[in-house]
Amino acid sequence: MYKRITTPLIEEKVKSLNVGDSVLISGIIYTARDAAHKRLVELLNKGRDLPIDVRNAIIYYVGPTPAKPGQPIGSAGPTTSYRMDPYAPSLLDIGLKGMIGKGSRSQKVIESIKKNRAVYFGAIGGAAALMGKCIKKAEIIAYKDLGSEAIRKLKVEELPALVVIDSKGNNLYEIGQNEYLKRN
Amino acid sequence: MREINVSEITAVVKTMSINANYYLGSDIKNQIVRSYCREPWPIAKDILSKILNNIDISQNENRPICQDTGMTCVFIEVGQDVHIVGGNIEDAINEGVRQGYLEGYLRKSVVRDPLDRVNTRDNTPAVINYTIVPGDKLKITVAPKGFGSENMSQIKMLKPADGIDGVKKFVIKVVEEAGPNPCPPIVVGVGIGGTFDRAALIAKKALIRPLTQRNENKLYRNLEQELLEKINTLGIGPQGFGGRATALAVNIETYPTHIAGLPVAVNISCHVTRHEEVEL
Repeated sequence: MYKRITTPLIEEKVKSLNVGDSVLISGIIYTARDAAHKRLVELLNKGRDLPIDVRNAIIYYVGPTPAKPGQPIGSAGPTTSYRMDPYAPSLLDIGLKGMIGKGSRSQKVIESIKKNRAVYFGAIGGAAALMGKCIKKAEIIAYKDLGSEAIRKLKVEELPALVVIDSKGNNLYEIGQNEYLKRN
Repeated sequence: MREINVSEITAVVKTMSINANYYLGSDIKNQIVRSYCREPWPIAKDILSKILNNIDISQNENRPICQDTGMTCVFIEVGQDVHIVGGNIEDAINEGVRQGYLEGYLRKSVVRDPLDRVNTRDNTPAVINYTIVPGDKLKITVAPKGFGSENMSQIKMLKPADGIDGVKKFVIKVVEEAGPNPCPPIVVGVGIGGTFDRAALIAKKALIRPLTQRNENKLYRNLEQELLEKINTLGIGPQGFGGRATALAVNIETYPTHIAGLPVAVNISCHVTRHEEVEL
């Protein structure tokens, strides 16, 4: 029922994922949302190095609540992905293979996912306590000044997600709703 | 004249800020359970069960329900016979938010300026609305508002000729355009009438009405029901992957308006619709 994935998300693994697959993600993923993406793409446009290596990496669009003493991280559900749409193609072009978020992506991003053979995972918005529990280690590795929006390196174990847009461009938002309406 | 010291206000705002983010209102939870029971679509049912599981984890293991602990909306009804002493009420409210977001391990999600975007680091300022009412009580509602759903809200200045059909069409359009983005199942707050700003305000006030309470006016009560049923035929479903449960409720509030106007505001909220209230 669940496909287990371990990072790095090399192309072979990406190709094995199909729209609608339930996955459990383990390994290292990175967090970044609006402010961090803006800085990353500004660096790219200036031809400078990024603070993280995005090749075969997964970025999770999340700004967590602060960790309580003894916890690696607070609650950490996905933020809405369309806000990162202006930035995603640039990162996909340099080797980013996976994005975890929630909500629709633009046609431009879908084309970039297909062209770069990447995948978009959906996590359940609002199930932030549940998601937080799957994160075993968290450290800020860039942009500490951004607080919750800093880039964090996360060690995750069996983080649940759905394949929402696969590398062929199949989109679960379209398929899911159409299937439901056909039968109900 | 009854005196209320601002320190009392700070204390309750702090407690409410924390509680709202850890303990979901029973009316919302019960409606999610009902939606789960009625949901025919397997993937949708699975998502609803994970959402319910998350609510329990949050309560039992002391973790905020959602990582977007919101921008704090505060509604205050100040009795005419209340005299607020000991300081500035606005400062007191913001101090309550500051303390609540620090001690409650809540996310600081407010920037000081919409364009320079530097975080204020304490989730202040709150967005505060004051109403003067008869009597000597002070009623405070704290409603953290997440912005995934807030960003999907829309307002339109319809013309009177658009009528009730125009209102229905607009509400449905807003929900359809929002799709998966506001974390369905959603709560839809609708404000009809007033001015441009009043329509939006009453739409937000509609979101803090308990889901067990329908509009007292029969026309609007029926409209709430009709819109809810219509929305739940769109097929968007929990998290937008298809299913019946797109909305938990539609709450409508109205206000008198101008002879040339029919403002309609649709304020979307997610399944983590949060509010706490206290009367001092």
